[in-house]
Amino acid sequence: MNMLDGLIKAFQLIFSGDPRLIEITLRSLFVSGSAALIAALWGIPIATLIAMNSFRGKFLVKTIFNSLIGIPTVALGFLLFLTFSREKGPLGFLGLLYTPTAIIIGEALLITPIIVSLAITAIEAVDPEIVNLAKTLGASESQASFAVLKEALSGIILAGVASFNRAIGELGIAQFVGGFIAGYTELLTTGIWVELQIGNIETSIALMIILLTLVFAINLALNIIQRRRKWAPLLYSET
Amino acid sequence: MGAIAVLRNVTKDFAKTTVLDNINLQITEGEILALLGPNGSGKTTLLKILAFILKPTKGEIYFDGVKVTDKSVEETRMETTMVFQKTVVFRTSVHNNIAYGLKIRRMPNNKIGEKISEALRLVRLEGFEKRQAKKLSGGEQQRVALARALALNTKLLLLDEPTANLDPKNADIMEEVIAAANRELKTTIVIATHNMFQAKSLPHRIALINDGKISEVGTPTEIFGRLSKTLASFAAVENTFTGTARAIEDGTTQVDIGNGVQLETAAQRDGAVTVLISPSDIILSKNRISSSARNVLSGKIVEILDLDSIVKLKVDAGKPFAVQITKRSFNEMQLSLGNEVFLAFKASSVQIL
Repeated sequence: MNMLDGLIKAFQLIFSGDPRLIEITLRSLFVSGSAALIAALWGIPIATLIAMNSFRGKFLVKTIFNSLIGIPTVALGFLLFLTFSREKGPLGFLGLLYTPTAIIIGEALLITPIIVSLAITAIEAVDPEIVNLAKTLGASESQASFAVLKEALSGIILAGVASFNRAIGELGIAQFVGGFIAGYTELLTTGIWVELQIGNIETSIALMIILLTLVFAINLALNIIQRRRKWAPLLYSET
Repeated sequence: MGAIAVLRNVTKDFAKTTVLDNINLQITEGEILALLGPNGSGKTTLLKILAFILKPTKGEIYFDGVKVTDKSVEETRMETTMVFQKTVVFRTSVHNNIAYGLKIRRMPNNKIGEKISEALRLVRLEGFEKRQAKKLSGGEQQRVALARALALNTKLLLLDEPTANLDPKNADIMEEVIAAANRELKTTIVIATHNMFQAKSLPHRIALINDGKISEVGTPTEIFGRLSKTLASFAAVENTFTGTARAIEDGTTQVDIGNGVQLETAAQRDGAVTVLISPSDIILSKNRISSSARNVLSGKIVEILDLDSIVKLKVDAGKPFAVQITKRSFNEMQLSLGNEVFLAFKASSVQIL
């Protein structure tokens, strides 16, 4: 089968609303979305603490998070495989190997440095006088910190989207700790690989098109929203 | 009238530098007190301490008769607010900027709207509610900052050089609003300034501050009336010079301010004097122009400070002169550092303190 044939068949699959494609896509969105959410839940408080306090070793901590952005997914995936391995892994007793939960945990770990580093940059870019402004208008310490986070909001959202993109596009972790269990752990990235191995090239191509479309669409939407900047006043009125 | 705030032996150190040195000061209810001093004298630090956003290293503060402690500081902070020299606004609408402090005070929403329109009317920005604060001009942003502070109706309002970076039009509006807030809303105001003209007209009392110490406190007449030693040492204050005055035949006075610079003034005085010239009274030109101005000096541009719609230049004409021109003139004249320029100002613009 040549490439053009494959493309045509892939589009036929997509437009026919193939239930397997839909299921894999939704699972991918769920897994990467959960990973991004978890990473944000612990990453943003960490970033806030690092960005808004001065302490000995701050530069070192920031450098470590920055360096961890580049960690190869194969290495992290393999380490997690050893950790979750049911027979010998220290966390093997949890029975998480080859489950979507394991992939979510792995991807959350993978993207935490991205969220933390980008959020630190966004928070540090906020005018330091914002804290004093909030305080002189009556804010408590925590309300003042929250005011800074709001100023950094667009940067923090950007950090979240970048993390999501990294999660939805990675293969190594999904392969090592998720395996290829059809209908259970198969994702867009692992699906592309597996379907190719068993000769379903049109399914592979279809999954690839969906993956690229998703990533482009999310980034495009983000750019448009950022240009309009409509959310900032909306969020503020919720104080 | 009672004291709204009292500082007792307040000292503030940053690392090993003492920024405020044993300050004792009382702020009386209902007054406008000006902190007059050159840049770096400790004015901003003192205001931040009064705003309770900076903790003194040593000393005590009493607010409304009660000693302020670590426990009561957040509560006391609600009774005072500060407008910063460098305007800071939240990245949101004018409405939400002003609403911020009101929401913290748990004011009901329908009242907040009223308060905001009232505050915007005071600073003459009616109908600006929905505009994005960051998109306004520098002068308008500073007026929003003032409205945001006034809306809170605090017992004490602290203003840090509120007009220093503004063009004359916005500066005038700010000064009028500040005076009106004190007169009509009875707000007690402390205003930091290095602008002698502001200090002469606006406040009831002046505290002279230099090198982190308060040297004198008095009414403007007292402070400007007697030739204060500290005031004379304020060479750092823009266009303030000390010299010797000598009456000349036609009823004017010539003041020798040193380095071969002679100024002519319309006032009549003899002996040691301090004179000042407002930076906006000086006309700057690239060539010598013939005019009715009695004072014409030539000098070199040694510093350019680009502010929002105005540009402040320092010209070395034997003595350093601060000159303020509009951004438009600055661009049209294509001025740059080192340019030879002429300064012209009327004899009546040279004021004797």
